[in-house]
Parts: sequence; structure tokens; C-alpha cells
Amino acid sequence: MASNYVYVTYIRSTPAEVWSALMKPEFMRQYWFGVHFETDWKPGSPWKMLYPNGTMTDHGQVLECVPQKRIVLSWHNDWNPEFAAEGEARCVIEIAPDRGAVRLSIQHSMERNGAKLIEAVSGGWPRILSNLKSLLETGSVVLTPEAAGKPAAAKTN
Amino acid sequence: MDDDAVFRALADASRRLLLDRLHERNGQTLGELCQGLDMSRQAVTKHLGILEEANLVSWQRRGREKLHYINPVPINDIAERWIGKFEERRLAALSGLKEALEAKTDRKGRKQS
Repeated sequence: MASNYVYVTYIRSTPAEVWSALMKPEFMRQYWFGVHFETDWKPGSPWKMLYPNGTMTDHGQVLECVPQKRIVLSWHNDWNPEFAAEGEARCVIEIAPDRGAVRLSIQHSMERNGAKLIEAVSGGWPRILSNLKSLLETGSVVLTPEAAGKPAAAKTN
Repeated sequence: MDDDAVFRALADASRRLLLDRLHERNGQTLGELCQGLDMSRQAVTKHLGILEEANLVSWQRRGREKLHYINPVPINDIAERWIGKFEERRLAALSGLKEALEAKTDRKGRKQS
């Protein structure tokens, strides 16, 4: 059985706003702990995820991109050699209007059993999605990159 | 998603057991989830419905099968909303201590120079 996680959040927003939150690097940095995507989002194009200092955390290829609906990415990890050695993962991001809100789902999967990368991201995705939900609904994130060390920053940001 | 629905869904040992089983192995069919449980198929279906309503379980179709997945996002929302607050205090106390200690060192440093 493959390693597979599905994360779902409901955001009081519109598909257009959620889409733009995924597309805009400066917005993404706010809820994704400082990292951002670098890509033109065209199917077949490469994508990179970068720390503010330009170090690559992950990379892959854009397999599908349907505005305001669906993104499919192939996913290679770069920051952890053990995860990187596991090979390619797949990430499907789907946006759909649902009962006056937006249902945002992220499916991260890998063909192999017990993939360590999939286990590791299972800690990260919920925090990113909670942050994105909070940012779109209230205008501020719940957890900043500094939150662990400087709790005051989480309040003022 | 409504916090009340999440707390209500979690306030039941059978539903927590189902979440534990999905945490152990994600992406199970209803039949797989029922195995070894002292619960009728109907009861499991009902509990899964409540968990889905609270967004704690999501599902995907694979052919004719419906696979259930634990969705940790609402639990994370609650953790940050409720537990994070108390954690923040503890962290604030620690960072206050760190600042106080560093200020002391600074003063010492200045005296020495």
C-alpha cells in the first residue's frame, strides 16, 4: 500500500482568493513559514520551493494547473538526504466551493510503503493550512516562523 | 469549520478509536475499519459520518472502494487556538528569563570592557 495523506480545510473565502494565496510568493511566505514557490505554473514547467535566503527546500514539475481548481505537482525533497533518496512524491491541491466556503484539499502521496517524507509532511501540512485559513479569514497567521522562539512575534504579526 | 462539531465528534471513545486506527493506517475502507471492532457496521458508518461532518475524516474513491483518511487539520486548528495560548505564556516566561539573563551578561560585558 502506498503512503498517502489527505488534508482538508474549509476556508470562509472565495476560490479566487485561495488561488491567489497559492500563487503570490509574498502572500505565501506569510503562511508557509517564510518559504515560497518559484515557477510559472505552466504544465511541464519546473517548480522550486525556496527559503528566504534562496536555499532550495523541495523541487519538482508542474504536472497540471487549472486556475482556481487544481494543481498537480511531482515532488522531490532537497533538505533531507533520507527523504530525497525515497524518490518522487505527488502532491494534488484541489480547490472547490462548498456550502458558502471553499474546500481546500491537499493530497501528498508516494508509491512506496511507509515513506518517511510523507510522515514528515504530515506534521507540516496541518500547520500550513491552519495558517492559510487564519490569514484569509482574519488577516493574520497563527504561527510565524519565529513563533517557537519568540511568542510575542506571533501576536504582533 | 465549526469547533463545536470537532469537540462533539471527539467526545466519544468509539470515534477516537476510529481516528486512532486511521492514524495507524491511513486510507481504509469501511470493511477494513470494522475488522476486529466490537461495533456493528451501521454504528461505524454513523460514527464516520459524524467524523466527516467535523472534517476529521475525509475520503477518496479508488474504483468502487471508498477510502477513509484521518484529517489532522481541525485538530491542529484547535491546538493552536486553545493549547497554543497556554504554551505561549510558558514560552513568554522562558523568553523573559532569557532576556533577563542576557541583559545581565551584557552589563557584565560592559563593565569588563
